[in-house]
Amino acid sequence: MSSEWTNPELIERYGIENPVMPYLRQDRLPHIWCPGCGIGTTVNCFTRALTESGLSLDEVAIVSGIGCTGRVAGYMNLDSFHTTHGRAIPFATGLKLANPKLKVVVYSGDGDLTAIGGNHFVHAARRNMDLMIVCVNNFTYGMTGGQVAPTTPIGPTQTTMPYGNFENPFNLPFLADACGAVYVARWTIFHVRQLAKAMKEGLAKKGFVFIEAMSPCPTLYSRRNRLGDGVDQVKYYKERSTVRNGADTKEVGLTYQGDIVVGKFVDRDRPTWMESMNEHLGRVLGDKYTPYGA
Amino acid sequence: MHADPKGVLTGVHFIDGDHAACEGALAAGCRFVAGYPITPSTEVVERFAARIPLVGGMFIQMEDEIASSIAILGGAWAGKKVMTVTSGPGLSLMMEHIGYAAITETPCVIVDVQRGGPSTGLPTLPAQADMMQVRWGSHGDYMPIALSPNSPQECFDLMIKAFNLAEIYRVPVFFMMDEVVGHMTERVAIPAASEIEVEERHFTTKPPGEYKIYGTDASMVPEMIKAGDGYRVHVTGLTHDERGYPAMNPPAQDKLVRRLLDKINLNADKLVDVRMDGVEGADIVVVSFGITSRVASAAIDAARKQGLKVGHLRLIIFWPFPAKLISELAGKVKAFVVPELNMGQMALEVERVVAGRTRVVSVPHPGGTVHEPAVITKAILEAAR
Repeated sequence: MSSEWTNPELIERYGIENPVMPYLRQDRLPHIWCPGCGIGTTVNCFTRALTESGLSLDEVAIVSGIGCTGRVAGYMNLDSFHTTHGRAIPFATGLKLANPKLKVVVYSGDGDLTAIGGNHFVHAARRNMDLMIVCVNNFTYGMTGGQVAPTTPIGPTQTTMPYGNFENPFNLPFLADACGAVYVARWTIFHVRQLAKAMKEGLAKKGFVFIEAMSPCPTLYSRRNRLGDGVDQVKYYKERSTVRNGADTKEVGLTYQGDIVVGKFVDRDRPTWMESMNEHLGRVLGDKYTPYGA
Repeated sequence: MHADPKGVLTGVHFIDGDHAACEGALAAGCRFVAGYPITPSTEVVERFAARIPLVGGMFIQMEDEIASSIAILGGAWAGKKVMTVTSGPGLSLMMEHIGYAAITETPCVIVDVQRGGPSTGLPTLPAQADMMQVRWGSHGDYMPIALSPNSPQECFDLMIKAFNLAEIYRVPVFFMMDEVVGHMTERVAIPAASEIEVEERHFTTKPPGEYKIYGTDASMVPEMIKAGDGYRVHVTGLTHDERGYPAMNPPAQDKLVRRLLDKINLNADKLVDVRMDGVEGADIVVVSFGITSRVASAAIDAARKQGLKVGHLRLIIFWPFPAKLISELAGKVKAFVVPELNMGQMALEVERVVAGRTRVVSVPHPGGTVHEPAVITKAILEAAR
């Protein structure tokens, strides 16, 4: 398998200096993300995963919702869809079911995927829809100025929790696990190799894959709560993270600047929605049924 | 291009409007439906769910109408002809994605089997009160196409037209039934596939380097691609340029919004579809649509028996509104009479077009049943005085 360092096409076209560039729409740069934001780091990991996946990039589609992470689709040199707020997963469901040959990746933020998009998230996981979900979790609504999110831990101040958040947050890996995801992992943007590896495994996996990537929002979340800049948050991720692959997802909930459990928590197999449909209809309808997407 | 025979149930059937609408969609080449159950529309998706595994295609019942209305847009960008089906409360939930379909120019058909509202209203009883919602319901400026069948046969025939228009103009096309048309059972003749003309998607023939996703010629409608074909397109609900890239500035907004409106409005003459009966030389013209047009016919017959010259203009396509036609008639007739199963929505549109030159008599009805023909006859007689 070729990596970015050995892929002759990339070396010829771009040299080896910046292997990320061929994956980006270079005519759209510079991007809109703030200095110290971690979204770009996750994109870097994603390009590594794409390189090592061996997938033809013409067959990969990326779908985002709205928000800072929602802008990822627009920068990727793939078939890319910037949809409505919270609805990346149902759009991606339509895309995948209408053309099963596509590898469809949903790349969005915590507010988009788990607040306004929470209903779609739980049902796509329940159905084991064949989608890879990358959730960049910065614990806040960045695009709109730092409001409380379903992931905000108890304690920090947000513009709509001006006296500190008192709402219980989601434990996203537990939610994905409980709803039936076949692959669940959490890494931070300190863990670039592990995150890239998880994305590569996710791209190879059939079914609902959920990868949470913890990422700083220095402009809003960190500044408002005096947590320093982006580097300070990465130091926090480094110092307080413990790798526990296979950990019980019930026990990996996050607290404000507390200990972080990272790792690959779930990796199991069950039939995807379309596999179940084809198997079932083939059995019930017999020769009258031609398997869909075959 | 002729219809794919696999989707065409050629023969004479005794089915209701919901079932006929489903057969129309299958004949038109619809191979992807996402839906959510809601009375009185559910039979459309129930039939589709039963038929599509044998035809070859996809049905999925989503978790809500919001999901259904965007899953079909994903399906369209993957190359399928797509539809979703709903009624009032579901239609209200879909509004954001009507706008997304409009700005991304995603061909799709949205069936609304209208029931009484507002809110949960009258789930099992008819209304025609979503006429303005489909014109204006999503925020911002855009121009959809909307059709109104008045029989199960038309649910089949006009559904094919609805899909064809979606492909030609790349807009959301509303198929506006009502509870009575949806649930009435009548004879429906489905012709041979070779007799059904369907519009295939206008895929580009340009290579990836030369293709611009929103580049247009005089038609004002861009050519399409499908995901996975190597074009590496970007599609966004943000205001965008010809490359599909976000362009959030007044000139880009001006260019895009004007084109979204112009591609329909400047083709409005081509999109006129009305049925006229005795309009030439009439003193009074009744403007009606959908199930109310059948009641109006009885009312007009009664008025004619009393010696009045009454014409009937039935709107098949009501968005875009046939403004030129109505405006021309405004100079010739004494009054328009507009019966409808709402409190005067399309009467407003007739009033707008005639601009005070002719009297417009609204015959409103809050829904739940159809008009008594005598009520419409009385309005005609009063208008003729």
